[in-house]
Amino acid sequence: MTVIINDEGFSTPEQEITYERADTLNKETRALDISADQDLNAFSDYLETLTLIRIEFSSFADGRGFSLARILRLMGFSGHLRAYGHVISDQYAMARRSGFDDVEVSKALATRQPEAEWLFRSNWSAHDYQTRLRKSA
Amino acid sequence: MYKYNDFDHAFVTSRNAQFREQVNRRISGALSEDEFKPLRLMNGLYLQLHAYMLRVAIPYGTLNSAQMRQLAMIADRWDKGYGHFTTRQNIQFNWPKLQDVPNILDALAEVEMHAIQTSGNTIRNVTADHFAGAAADEIADPRIYAELIRQWSTDHPEFQFLPRKFKVAVTGAKQDRAVIHAHDIGLQIVEQNGKPGMRIIIGGGLGRTPMIGKVIREFVAMDDILPYLESVVSVWNLLGRRDNKYKARIKITIHENGIDEFSRLVDERFALIRPSFQGFDQTLLSEISDAFDAPKFQRFDLSAFDKRYQGDPNFRSWVDTNISAHKQADYAIAAISLKSHGETPGDASSAQMRRIADLAKTYSHDELRISHEQNIVLPHVHKAHLPNIYDALRAIGLATANIGLISDIIACPGMDYCALATARSIPIAQDIATHFDALKLEHEIGPLKIKISGCINACGHHHVGHIGILGLDRAGVENYQITLGGDGTETPAIGERAGPGFCADEVIPAIERLIHFYMNERLAPSETFLECYRRLGLGPFKSALYETDQSKVRANAA
Ligand code: HEM
Ligand code: SF4
Repeated sequence: MTVIINDEGFSTPEQEITYERADTLNKETRALDISADQDLNAFSDYLETLTLIRIEFSSFADGRGFSLARILRLMGFSGHLRAYGHVISDQYAMARRSGFDDVEVSKALATRQPEAEWLFRSNWSAHDYQTRLRKSA
Repeated sequence: MYKYNDFDHAFVTSRNAQFREQVNRRISGALSEDEFKPLRLMNGLYLQLHAYMLRVAIPYGTLNSAQMRQLAMIADRWDKGYGHFTTRQNIQFNWPKLQDVPNILDALAEVEMHAIQTSGNTIRNVTADHFAGAAADEIADPRIYAELIRQWSTDHPEFQFLPRKFKVAVTGAKQDRAVIHAHDIGLQIVEQNGKPGMRIIIGGGLGRTPMIGKVIREFVAMDDILPYLESVVSVWNLLGRRDNKYKARIKITIHENGIDEFSRLVDERFALIRPSFQGFDQTLLSEISDAFDAPKFQRFDLSAFDKRYQGDPNFRSWVDTNISAHKQADYAIAAISLKSHGETPGDASSAQMRRIADLAKTYSHDELRISHEQNIVLPHVHKAHLPNIYDALRAIGLATANIGLISDIIACPGMDYCALATARSIPIAQDIATHFDALKLEHEIGPLKIKISGCINACGHHHVGHIGILGLDRAGVENYQITLGGDGTETPAIGERAGPGFCADEVIPAIERLIHFYMNERLAPSETFLECYRRLGLGPFKSALYETDQSKVRANAA
């Protein structure tokens, strides 16, 4: 069982989603699961038909997922981006700022890091040097 | 000097509140030590051999007197009354308690300082030429760009969990005092058709696989700098190895993929990233630039200085050794050596910090610099004030005239503090300094850089020392390996390993053999150790090092 975490707090995942992997990707695919070593150039033709991409974090110490999310956004993906796996509450702001909409973690992790700790970082858009530096002049 | 704006203040305050909360969760057990580790590292908190160590950033090496006084206060209140200045323009406190650290961070914030990203796998404190804004050979003040990069890299959401640490250094001068060729990225301000930009050097680094950085771009225009840096780090974040931390640094990524392929990937990423920067970074840059305007220089009568210089050989020696040319006539850049013979290189007591703060306030337009050579610099001093400064420094034991000489040694903490050490480094530095001071030889030897590391990680820069000393552990016995001919300036070189190492009590005689050989062989006293080494090569120095019967060496060389 997993828990979905967004700015409002915890919720249960949607039941009906089946994620496909990159090797079966086609124009009918809506939800896609990718790992951190995925080459994103393979997806450029599918960014308009995909509605949900879930990027796996096998360890919270592996920050590749953050750059993958940012690149997908810059490539024009406007669907839903989900960080999945070993993400900790202290990384919530990083995930949101990099372009993720929410985070999906195991029940066990959610028990050890309860909702309040995630909500503590739900003001992720405050104090953000990146948005500031990128504004127009 | 740069002043925090409201945004910076609010950022540091909220960041400190987060860390206080993280410390509480660690103490309560909600965070495992595994999970707490990267969070404390992002905030400069290490676990050392005996205690926690807090590493505080001194951005681009610049401090004012109030900041220096606050560091002294922290040393007294929460540590053992001293601090250690490091090669990366940080100050380390070696004995703080975990529960005190949030209070220390708040005390730092009061004077616009922090410990953010001084460790961990993030973009580290950005360093700069310690003569910035004062040097005679400068195109532009590198601190303006270092501050912009500080803001960009601080809390960058993509780059808090990189494959490994990432170090950036900036210089605005031809003469490289910031070791830009031994950083993950070294930036040199240059001009092209009257337009300022940066020459970008990538993939340098020391550690177990030392490499000199390579030029990836001869010129990047200033408004492309942040997107370019972001592209480099983004490409490395995805490409850098995560299976082996010894192969994770960008120098290895570039070595394995080739600079051409890496450069192609950066260009591809740059095309994607550049449009997301819409111009405010340049507005900010011009605000930052105003903050670094030169101080209002004054005029004073120089006759007292001249008289003292003529009449007092000790003062003259200090001036000749520790003073560098300032861009303003009649001004000087005065270096305060933290290498008094026999002391721990880089350590300063709280009393010394306060006295130095007074001197900065009175005589140096309220500015201080910390150099990567672990010394302190008064960057803007009128020559008329040098006698007073010298007398004040003498009173606190900091008037040693040895900048750039054999006893001005960089040494890492080594076995005395560091959990990774394989040998001591501080006592070796102390012994060398005391020995050559007793012989009264160091001025005769001339410019010479000795650098010592207590293990293969090379925090003491030994690879770029003219004489590098690396302390290893050979079956439980400390063993010191010597490298020769290293250079961390604009003519960079990694030192060559001379041969088998020496045990601790053989190090001084070994250095002495090298020095005697050099002094006999140099064409003139003006030929430095490094020049002489470059002319003769490793061979003759090697035989001098290993031949204990020196008469044979001389016969061979002749
Ligand atoms: C006492 C605790 C310290 C620890 C645990 C530590 C750890 C390390 C490690 C593991 C490396 C190798 C990194 C790599 O090759 O990927 C390294 C490199 C380095 N450290 Fe330290 N260090 C410590 C103190 C210092 C101090 C006091 C200084 C400054 C005087 C310093 C400055 C550097 C520099 C300049 C490098 C080599 C340059 C490079 O990164 O390539 N470190 N350190
Ligand atoms: S070189 Fe080794 S012994 Fe010295 S500080 Fe670095 S890690 Fe510690």
